[in-house]
This record gives sequence, structure tokens and C-alpha cells, in this order.
Amino acid sequence: MYFSAKNLTGGYGGINIIEDCSFEVNQGEIVSILGPNGAGKSTAMKAMLGILNLKCGEVLLNGENISDFKTQERIKSGISFVPQTQNIFTELTVQENLEMGAFLIQEGINERIEKMFDLFPIIKEKRNQFAGELSGGQRQQVAIARALMTNPKVLMLDEPTAGVSPVIMDEIFQHILNIKKQNIAILMVEQNARQALEISDRGYILVTGKNAYEGNGDYLLNDEEIRKSFLGG
Amino acid sequence: MDFINSIVLLTNFIFVPALTYGSQLALGAIGVTLIYGVLRFANFAYGDLMAFSTMLVILFTWYLQSKGISLGILPTAILAIPIGIIGTIFINLFFDKTVFEYYRNKKSSPVTFIVVSLGIMFVLNAIVRIIIGPNDINFMDGERFIIKANEFKKITGLDEGLAIKSTQFITLIITIITCSVLFYFLNKTKTGKSMRAYSNNEDLALLSGIDPSKIIFLTWVIVSILATIAGTLYGLDKSFKPFTYFNNLLPIFAATIVGGIGNPLGAFYGGFVIAFSEIGLTYAYKKFFVYILPEYLEPNSLVQYISTDYKFAISFAILVVVLLYKPNGIFKGKIL
Amino acid sequence: MKNNFDVKIAFSIIAILFIFVGIFQSWGFALSILNLCLISAVMSMGVNIQWGFSGLINFGVMGFLAIGGLATVLVSVPPVYEAWSAGGKGILLSAIFIILVIYLIFLINKKIKFKYKNYLIVSLVILLIPLMKFISGPSINAIESIDAATSGYLGGLDLPIVFSWFVGAILAALVAFVIGKICLGLRSDYLAISTLLISGIIISLVKHEEWLSRGVKNVIGLKRPVPYEIDLQNSIWFPKLIEFLNSSVLSSISNLDKRTAMLTDLVISSSGVFVKLCFSIIFALVLIVLLIFSEKALRSPWGRMMRAIRDNEDAAKAMGKNVVKRHLHIFMIGSAIIGFAGAMLVTYDGLFTPSSYQPLRYTFLIWVMVLLGGTGNNYGAILGGFVVWFIWIESAPFALFLINILLSNVDDGNSFKVHMVESIPYFRYLMMGLGLLLVMRYRPKGLLPEKIIRS
Repeated sequence: MYFSAKNLTGGYGGINIIEDCSFEVNQGEIVSILGPNGAGKSTAMKAMLGILNLKCGEVLLNGENISDFKTQERIKSGISFVPQTQNIFTELTVQENLEMGAFLIQEGINERIEKMFDLFPIIKEKRNQFAGELSGGQRQQVAIARALMTNPKVLMLDEPTAGVSPVIMDEIFQHILNIKKQNIAILMVEQNARQALEISDRGYILVTGKNAYEGNGDYLLNDEEIRKSFLGG
Repeated sequence: MDFINSIVLLTNFIFVPALTYGSQLALGAIGVTLIYGVLRFANFAYGDLMAFSTMLVILFTWYLQSKGISLGILPTAILAIPIGIIGTIFINLFFDKTVFEYYRNKKSSPVTFIVVSLGIMFVLNAIVRIIIGPNDINFMDGERFIIKANEFKKITGLDEGLAIKSTQFITLIITIITCSVLFYFLNKTKTGKSMRAYSNNEDLALLSGIDPSKIIFLTWVIVSILATIAGTLYGLDKSFKPFTYFNNLLPIFAATIVGGIGNPLGAFYGGFVIAFSEIGLTYAYKKFFVYILPEYLEPNSLVQYISTDYKFAISFAILVVVLLYKPNGIFKGKIL
Repeated sequence: MKNNFDVKIAFSIIAILFIFVGIFQSWGFALSILNLCLISAVMSMGVNIQWGFSGLINFGVMGFLAIGGLATVLVSVPPVYEAWSAGGKGILLSAIFIILVIYLIFLINKKIKFKYKNYLIVSLVILLIPLMKFISGPSINAIESIDAATSGYLGGLDLPIVFSWFVGAILAALVAFVIGKICLGLRSDYLAISTLLISGIIISLVKHEEWLSRGVKNVIGLKRPVPYEIDLQNSIWFPKLIEFLNSSVLSSISNLDKRTAMLTDLVISSSGVFVKLCFSIIFALVLIVLLIFSEKALRSPWGRMMRAIRDNEDAAKAMGKNVVKRHLHIFMIGSAIIGFAGAMLVTYDGLFTPSSYQPLRYTFLIWVMVLLGGTGNNYGAILGGFVVWFIWIESAPFALFLINILLSNVDDGNSFKVHMVESIPYFRYLMMGLGLLLVMRYRPKGLLPEKIIRS
């Protein structure tokens, strides 16, 4: 597996929010992390990014153990993250947001920006507008585009469709499918479990901080028990 | 004829002084707003910081003058500004390392930062007075006036004179240059944009790989430059008295908040809003009305809205109105 | 309880220090320090109530002190009848007018749902100023021209000066009410800046409205709640008392003239000490009463609620507590105490000097007292007042002492030494700053941190 996390255990303060969690994702795969509220999904993602201190567990990227890497180093190694909230620079223009996404890159920035605009054509005409003035769906596009500027190998998204209308949600998932075509390993935490599984290759379901179920997208979608507990029947 | 006289009157007593005062406030407000946006605290030591940097400039100016070096018609102090800047950078970085960094790492509350900046204020206050004393110091040299009131009257034949002090002109020019360079830096360079990004959304900036220590270093450097220039220009224009630098902090805070805290362009405009309001509302318009109105309508009183003693009230009133009705400032989201 | 122990130790050390000062410098000096310490402790308690109990940053302390000082003038000075007849009516009219307009503004704000209500309010305020000038202008001029050199103002009510302390508290509370209504919704740093600006306005008012306070011409010769030294010296009982207390010293002097001269000297110096001692007793009483009330309030259900609001405002709001109203109450009470202290201070000085009110000395120094002493703790506030003032006053003689030792072999005319000596007043600012930084770093809760009260 291209990216894997094993036996993650940790939390905030003394309490463990996640215990012994493991995930893996390959390039060109979409893997969802689902589960009820408070299950520890976002916490698990933050742990994989190095934002959270782990009591134990390890994270491997393309065979390399990056467990001791600080967040910025993991970014430099090829991981990118779209947070759930405050995921754009509201006081910068769309163009500047993308430029900041490519902060660590020295060359070829303009070409990449044009590529992003090809991927997300709607925000192209807004390139000189302040990102804070865009609608919810457009902001999400900017957020994802910003994260893609480093040509990451692994893209992590924390609830990319939180709080958007169903139409926008479909758009965003469509974008994510396009990104998958670029052979990027995509890991996403989601609340809209059914729709997420529909585009996912595999999924993990977390319950109270532990791995409860995992498997193919189809399998999880169609299993009776899982459907009833997590997918709203 | 009288109409032109009235225009000259307003230019002389309102427009030129307000441009000058506005520039001084703008430079100060941009510094305060940058500290607020990047370092995230209201720096109550800023006034005494300006006093400190101006003190360095004065000391070096005296040194230059003693060596017979001067700048002709321009004040010698301008040559001393770079030295002032360097000294100010050192002391700011020193305080950041020994004081502010600790609380930044602890993610202390804004109140803690304010209190700590008070401590720094006391220290700087003391250092300036111990080294250079509390008294008025005049370090202006070079040509005082670009045009004197009498000369103007002679040239134009008008009754009203227009005097432009060289310091007023220099202040405006230097402010325009400094602010242009600063805004170019912030809007057109990668580093400048990264500063704005960090100020806007610290977590996301870190995720983008922006190095916080570089940003903080840069911020202190820029703040030092602004403080030195602002303090020196103010001292050249009025005179250097450590006490007044703290008092200027209040309209500077007002300008910062009016422009939207964390918004450098807003701070720039805010400085002029406060300056024009303070001067415009405390001017006695009697003579103006005498020029404009026919004789039977001429006012007997001073036609002064508020006495100059209550300058604070104007800053405060504007501040309160902005905070209550438009807490994000009145210049949100404007591009240069 | 460990904390009670700390308090006892702290105050014992203070007491010992005072005794040292009395022995090595003079008793009069020790008492004068004590008196200002007591006054500072009251100021500090006022600020602590706002900050320590409620988390409100009030950088306008100097303004409230000035209001207290103004109250002493307005209450205790005899009225200038000529000025009243010249301009009294006009002033009363303007006062009524202002109150009506302010009331009108409050009404509009509360009751009317007009879309442009805010513009209306702002316009009213803008119009208020020239209207006021129009109404009160002639009266003010009339008042100020009456005997401008020695008077030039309305004077006061000619009541005993201790009344002014309470009036000062009430006036300060009223001003705090207006300010609080406007500013208390703001977050902490904005509140700090706003209160700082307002205190500037208050000082401007006091300095420039000469018809009210004589402005920069100052008011001197204020009444006293204690005897005057000269009266003591000329009385019958006081010299007899001094003679009795020093009988051993006096009887050792055989020469009658020398003995009389010594007695006179003793009477004069003792009269000063006696006056200060009287003040000390009054101030200490005030402080003790304040402390008792404060401690009671702290342990009451009301006090618990205030601390709950401070510690978790959102939770308190969710439980239905009207946080804004509580904050306003606290702000008013704290400001009232500060006003009270301001009146005490001016009474002690015997003169009202508006120009002396500076933010560094009268706002920020008090804040250092609260922060150093221990926030949220009455004993801490008092200790802070004592410690900071003590250091403030003794730093000058101490610095001089140090300079003379360190530079003892340097000639007194040496320019560096002279410069150092002249800089002595500023060393105490340096010490305050360093002290504050050290406390915030190593003992951020102050010397006597808040006790967890389980009541």
C-alpha cells in the first residue's frame, strides 16, 4: 500500500479518542473514513498528518516511516490536507490562494495554476476575487485546488461536503473522482456516508475510536447491518 | 477672490496639517495592525517604541552633526534613520525572543499579551528617559520652510498665506514612498503574500509550508522600519518629547480599528480619516465663513465644533461608532 | 490552609519593612508611605473587582480617580455665590438638557425599531455638542470671569470632605454606567482601548472646564477630616502629651532654654506624625470595611455566580444568566471604589491638580499592583498595592544609595554620575516594567493567587 497508518492511539489531553486504528490507501484509490459523530474520524486524520501527538502507532508513506515527521515535513513529502473549516485564505484572491498552495514549489507555478483552473473551471473567472466572497461550493473548490498545488501523492480531505447542498455535494464528489484519475491516493473523512461510499473504492467505519468495519465500497453499501446502522437504512 | 482666499485658508489650516498628521498616524497604524494581524496582540508599547527609535535617530543625528555631516536643505536626521531602524530591529527581536515568544508558544490569551506589552512599555519608557531625558528636543535642521506665508501672499497677492513646512512635505513624500513599497511587497511578492496568508489563517499557512519564524521576523523588521520613520517624521515636524509619543498611541489605535484590525490598507486610510476628523472638527471656521458668506450672514462666534482640548473625544467617538456598528472596520475588502 | 499562612507571612514582612523605614528614615516618612499604600490598596481592590472577578479590562482607572478628586472639590469647597448668580442658571439648564438628551438616546435605542435608528442616534449626539455650547457658553464665560485668579469657578457645597468620598463613588458609578452601556459588549482588547480613550476625555474635561474644577489652575487648601498640624501645635493638650511621651529624653536636658527648644521641635515633628497617623486610621478603617464586604460578597451566591460567568461565559449565558447586566454591575461597583479612592487621595494631598493625572502613574501602575498581588483575590490586591507602592517610593532613595555606593570613588560633579542621579525617577518605571514581566512569566497568578473557595 502506498500510504498506511497502523495502530494509531491518541487524543487530546489524557484521554484517548482513537485506539489502535489502522488505515491504508493506494495511489488512484478513494478511501472513505466513516462513522457516527464523535467516532474519532477527524482525530484519526489529524493523527496521520502529525497535527495530533500519538501515544503509539506509525505512519508509512511509500515504504518510508514518517511517524516522526512534523506536519510541514509530511506536506513536503507529498501529503496534502483540506481541513473541514477555514480551509481557504479568505482575504486573499483565488489566484493568491493557489499561489500559497504552491508555496513550497519553486518553478512551474503558473502552469499548475492553469491546470487547476482546467480542473475547476468555475473558479477560473473568479481568480481575482477575494476567496472569502465566494459561495460555499466555490470555496470548497478553491480549498481543494489549493491543496492540489503541490502535486501531492496523497490527498486527505476532512468532510469536504459538510454543509453544502446536495447539488454542490455531487459536484464536489465529481471533482474528487477527477482527481482520482490523476493517480492520487485519496483519503476522506465523510458524514454523508452513502454518497461517499458510492464513489469510494474502499471504506473504513470507525465506532468510538476503533476500527469497526472495513471493505469494498459496494460491500459496505449493500451490507444490511451497516446500511441500517450508518447509512440510514 | 474671497473664494480663493477661503480655499487657501482651508488648505493652510486643515488640508496640509491633516495630510501630515494623517501620514504620521497611517504609518503608526500600519505598524500596529501588522503586529495585531501576525502576532495577534494589541501592542501598548508601540508609542514608546517609536520614542525609542526616534531617540536612536536623534543620537546618531547629533553624532553626524558633530562631524559636520549634514544633508543641506534636508534634515540630517534622514541620514540617521537607517541606524535607528537597525537599533529598533534589534530591540524588537530581543523583546520577541525574551518575552513574546514564550506566550506565543503557550497560546496565551490576548489579555496576557496586552499586560506583557505594558511591561515592555514601562521598560522602554524608562530607557528613553534615562538615556535622553524627558524634555523637548528639537533636532530639525536644514531648510524649515518650502514656502512661507508671507512669500505666498507676495507671489499670489492674496490675503491668505499658505505656509508649507519642509517637514510636512517630507512626511508626505516619505509616507507615500514607504507605503507604496510596503503594499507592493504585501500584494505582489510571494513573501508578502505569505505574510497576509499567515495573518489571515495561521493554521492553513502552516499547512501550506509557510515558515512562521520567518514571518514573525519579517513583521518585526517592517514594524521597526515603520516605527522609526513615523517617530522621526513626527519628531522633526513637532519636536521630540517622549511623553507625546504615548499620547499619539490613542489616535493610532483608533485609526487601526477604523481601518479594520489586521488590514494594513485600512490602517493607512484610517490614519487619514482620524487626522482629517480631528483637525477638521477642531478648526475655527469663522474666517472661512467670513470669506464665503455675505456680510450680513457673517458669524460672530468662532464656529468651532469642538475645542482642540477635546481631540480625544473625536478619536473616541469615531472608534465607538465603528466598533458598535462596523466592528470589522470601514475599509473591509478594498483592493489598492 | 496554606494560603492563609501565605497572607500572614506576606503582611508580616510588610510590617517589618515599615518598621525599618520608621527607624532608619523617619516615622513621618513611614506613615506617609503607609497612607499611600492604603489608598493604593483601595484602588487596587476596585480594579481587581472588575478584572479578577469578572475579567473586565478597565484601562480608564485614571479617569475614575479624577472623578473622585473632582467630587472633593464639588462637595467640600465653599460655593462662590457670585459665580452662581452669574451663571448658575445656565449651567443647571445645560445639565438638565444633557440628561434629557442622553435619556432620549437610551429610549430611542431601546424602544424604536426604526431602520435608520442608528443614524438618528449618531446625529443626535453630533447635534448635542454645538447646542450645549450655545446654551451653556455665556454662563461659562460669566462664571470663569468672576475672580479668575483666585476663583473663576462655581465652587462646591461646603460639606465635610468625607462626604465627598461617597459622592465620588456615586459619580464614578454613574459615569461607569454610561461607559458600560456603550462599551461593555466589546471584546477585551477593544474594551481596554476604549476605556483608555475615555479616561483621556475625562481628564480633558477636568482640565479644561474651569468653571467646574478650575482646570489647570488647581484647587488648593482643601478641607481635612483630621486636625491641622498648626492647630495641634497651638493647642493645650498636644504639647502636654508630647512632653509626657518624651519625658525621659527631656529630663536629661538640664538647660531650660535647650529643653524648651527640644520640646518645640518634638511638638512640630510629632504633629506631622500625628496627622498622618489619624489619616492612617481612617484609611485603614475604609480598607477593612471594604475587605469585609468584598470577602462576604465573594463567598455569597452572587459571588459564585460572578466567578462562574468569568470562568465560562457561554455556559453561564446558556443557564440564563444575564451576563451583560452582571458585567455592568461589577463595572459600576469597581469604578465606584476607584472613585472613592480618588477622593481619598485628593483629600490626603489637600489639593486637586488635574494635570497630574497621567496614564502611566494612575492607570497602569494600579494594574501592576493588581497583577503582581494576585488577581481574583482581595488580599492579593491589597498586598499588590502595598508592595508596588512601597517599591515605587523607596526606589528613589534606594537608587541614590546604590549609585553613591557603586560610584563612591567618582567625583560628584562627574557628568555620568550627575546623569544617573537625574535619571533616578525613571528607574522606578524600569523596575515596574521588569517586575511586571517577571511576575507574568514566573508567577502569572500573582504573589497571592486566587484561592479556590469551597463554600
